Amino acid sequence: MRKALIKKASDSPEVYTINLRGADDEDLMQISGEMGLALSLAEMKALKKRFAKAPTDVELQTFGQTWSEHCIHKTFRGDVVTERGVVSNLLKSYIAKATNELNKPWCFSVFEDNAGLVEFDKCTVAAAKVETHNHPSAVEPFGGAATGVGGVIRDILGVWGEPIAVSDVLCFGPLDAKQEELPPGVKHPKYIYKGVVAGVGSYGNNMGLPTVSGAVIFDRQYTGNVIVYCGAFGVLPKEKYIKDTREGDLAVLAGGKTGRDGIHGVTFASADLSEEAESLRSAVQIPNPLVEERLRRATLRIRDGRLATGVTDLGGGGVSCATGEMAYRSGLGLTVDIGKMHLKEPDLAPWEIWVSESQERMLYSVPEEKFGSVSEILEEEEIEHCVLGRFDKSGRLRVEMGKKVVCDLDLETLYSPPKITRKAKEEVYHPKRVELEEPKDLEGEVLSLLSEPNLRSRESVIRTYDHEVRAATAIKPLQGPEGGPNDAAVLKPLSDSWMGLVISCGLNPFLPDAYWMAAASIEEAVRNNVAVGGRRVAILDNFVWGNPEKEDRMGSLLRACEACYDFSKALDVPFISGKDSLYNESPLGPVRPTLLITGIGIIPDVRKAVTTELKGEGNPVYVIGMTKDELGGSAYYRSKGLDGGEVPKANGPMAKAVMNALTTSMDMGIVRSCHDVSEGGIGLAAAEMAISSPRRGIKMDLKRIPSQTKRSDSIIFSESTGRFLVEADAGRTEEFDKIFYGLPGAKIGEVVDGSRLAFMDMGGKEYSIDSKRLRLAWRGY
Amino acid sequence: MKLKQAKACVLRVGGTNCDLEIKAVLTELGINTDVLHMNQAIKRGLSEYQMLVFPGGFSYGDYVRAGAIWGKEVVTRLGKDLERFIDEEKLVLGICNGFQVLVETGALPGDGASASGIPTAVLANNNSAKYECRWVRLKVESKKTPFTSALNKDQVIAVPVGHGEGRLVLQSEGMLEDLISERRVVFRYALEDGSPAGGKYPENPNGAIFDIAGICNKKGNVMGMMPHPERAFYGWQLPSWGGEPPEFGDGKAIFEGAIAYIKKM
Repeated sequence: MRKALIKKASDSPEVYTINLRGADDEDLMQISGEMGLALSLAEMKALKKRFAKAPTDVELQTFGQTWSEHCIHKTFRGDVVTERGVVSNLLKSYIAKATNELNKPWCFSVFEDNAGLVEFDKCTVAAAKVETHNHPSAVEPFGGAATGVGGVIRDILGVWGEPIAVSDVLCFGPLDAKQEELPPGVKHPKYIYKGVVAGVGSYGNNMGLPTVSGAVIFDRQYTGNVIVYCGAFGVLPKEKYIKDTREGDLAVLAGGKTGRDGIHGVTFASADLSEEAESLRSAVQIPNPLVEERLRRATLRIRDGRLATGVTDLGGGGVSCATGEMAYRSGLGLTVDIGKMHLKEPDLAPWEIWVSESQERMLYSVPEEKFGSVSEILEEEEIEHCVLGRFDKSGRLRVEMGKKVVCDLDLETLYSPPKITRKAKEEVYHPKRVELEEPKDLEGEVLSLLSEPNLRSRESVIRTYDHEVRAATAIKPLQGPEGGPNDAAVLKPLSDSWMGLVISCGLNPFLPDAYWMAAASIEEAVRNNVAVGGRRVAILDNFVWGNPEKEDRMGSLLRACEACYDFSKALDVPFISGKDSLYNESPLGPVRPTLLITGIGIIPDVRKAVTTELKGEGNPVYVIGMTKDELGGSAYYRSKGLDGGEVPKANGPMAKAVMNALTTSMDMGIVRSCHDVSEGGIGLAAAEMAISSPRRGIKMDLKRIPSQTKRSDSIIFSESTGRFLVEADAGRTEEFDKIFYGLPGAKIGEVVDGSRLAFMDMGGKEYSIDSKRLRLAWRGY
Repeated sequence: MKLKQAKACVLRVGGTNCDLEIKAVLTELGINTDVLHMNQAIKRGLSEYQMLVFPGGFSYGDYVRAGAIWGKEVVTRLGKDLERFIDEEKLVLGICNGFQVLVETGALPGDGASASGIPTAVLANNNSAKYECRWVRLKVESKKTPFTSALNKDQVIAVPVGHGEGRLVLQSEGMLEDLISERRVVFRYALEDGSPAGGKYPENPNGAIFDIAGICNKKGNVMGMMPHPERAFYGWQLPSWGGEPPEFGDGKAIFEGAIAYIKKM
């Protein structure tokens, strides 16, 4: 940028002013680029207009942080121009709209705070939050993933929640990718995989939080754009949710020291990953779970003593965002003295201190008379802290260092970014006809699907994560002695109540139509929850998309949002929290558009939770839901390298009716085991139930499966949504049939002695696959 | 003594994370239990307690070696108290990280002074080179310690492990012979039929010598084990149940044994 535009305003502290008024468009973009603001020309021009006098570097950096995609989700809040007109604010028009219309009295706080809050029981609320940490993990896999977990745990602390569990959903490139085919700047998927898996495990294990739910997906479209979703869940007594920062309260910063790590994390996350990303390693924070463990203790003690009026975690944008948001939300102002902060190294420039995203820090607002007690607790837990300043009525965010004012901004201006407009080109998937000869040997197909990288057991990852710590995991990610899969995790958070928290997830990135992909993901998250006995499900959305400035990316994002509204409404599941990560683009192209839906439900008694393990010989096995010729994007077609075929189209009202009936039959004690039918269809679902069961198996007849197709392979591998495999109590089939009267479903077989999967295909050919072989294919031993 | 008058102390430092689970099960069994930060314990001393628990976690981040830093801190800042506690034949239990800490203090295997500060064994990295979270079978090898008094010799119990460093390694071969002959091997990892795992993975999840999962000192009042009995206390915590879970799991008996001993103190 032109030297004439920069003026040193002060030597100590070292502050510069930037003459925006004297800058032309080219200058403005240079300033945005060189200062790492990641703001567009329109935004820079808006700043030029707003600043009468030249802003300081600290002030410009504050705007860069606050107006970043990461912090204010400008794409979701902007206008979208489409062929059928303008859609204003995706968040309000689709996602929050569904929640508002559903208007559930048990939604305690949604889209407001650091995490979504729903009632758990009369006196307790449950908190949930899911974040992504993709860009940092692409550059520094271990640190990126670990700080992703650390950050989302602090989001739970940031609503005064006691963290009780974490989840992780990870998407990588194929582990056998050829190094020589990777462009410069893209790290090998195996390196990323190892680092990310270790990073997630290290933080969760160190914090003593069980990692109870998750998924691992491999695909070429993740090679340049790894996805790391980190979720955290917590509980808190309703009456301890205090957010009431007042004038005169002290802003207390506690936790780790502030350093040069994690500078420009949010702006880094709001741009494409380029070849130069490696040079941004400093944008990745450094994890230290040991500090966060102490911070957790202290935060909960401060909460229990009612010693603070507010709390928030320090994440993206560091102190700049945390102080600004806390003051703005409370309708207050604040003067911060950053000279008081504990630093990792001397000679940090004021703007660096101000925006650093160094980890394991929390901000509390504390009435002056309670500061002594807060300080005592922090000292007992061996946590460094300082008073940054005092909240006032000014409505301004002022920053001082050594008595010099280095930043003075009106909060209303800071939080009123210019609205942006994006263009969207919507594309609907038109399926190609698929030519595939019907295989003669279904046994080979079942075994080969079981060993597919995307379907096989995740045991090698899951066992490195402690899922038992806290001694409150009732239904675990691995079921029974054989470690079969369960559909959702069930936790028992309270010692004096049998009530359980049910955590599930749904994602179907391989479905080739954005609308139906999103629909299936929502339906799957709810289905998984209901499969173990969950009900009253709330959901969280996490979009990972490419550059929204490109019309096709924006088009698919828009269609996914439409599905979010439609299926949230149809399934009666409100969104309570969400996050988007855009600009996931690398030299290899955009990320596969991926929507993760996380479900949190409740179950009145954890002892009534249902697992996938078969319980009794002679019990009938039912399939619930309609099987259609929907194999577009299915594991079966993908394993054959086929694209085309009908995409599974979720049917909201039907799925809702089926799930209600299932919950009723579970509550009546008729359901002995249950598994949702998803990737790999009925064939894989039945195989997994046999795998879970040391001594029992399933025998079924494909002809009895209610279906709209006649081919054996289509019936057994179709990925139509809304289906379950259910083992019912043999003596209570009449009641079961009555509950499901009028709904698609049929008895297709029974539980048999001896662990195996036996079935008869449409042509009458009989198969029997011993579970030893199923397990060998699925988990490798 | 009457249980109402007895007290147990669960110690913690930064990075400890299983303290509240231990407190929960001890409270359930009727013994008054305090969770004390080391700094508090140093101020208060240990004399009012009949039982001391070093719980699981990652004390001080498990930097250097699991349990090493806390172990040294215990010796230097609480060593005298701990020695007196052990010499008075009060109960000391170390679970997972707590076991590692007791080994680092020298209180286990406990061949010399009660807490010499010089370790003669170590809990090394698992042979799998990974953190292992899984349920294991334990064969009750010895009833020398009160902690197994509510179990039968050779009984097989199910409890989970969760650790990256659990492979017991002893300073010398003679030590193993002593441990065996003095009946100080308390638990061994076992196969489904109850026979020792013979080093077989994953039944022996870490490769510990002689499949050792837990040991006690010469008097039996100090016991350390890698698996977590507090995570197998209730039936609903078990990994698999057909229909309704049983009320309790196998881990409960270990704490019951301790309670029975305290009642007789």
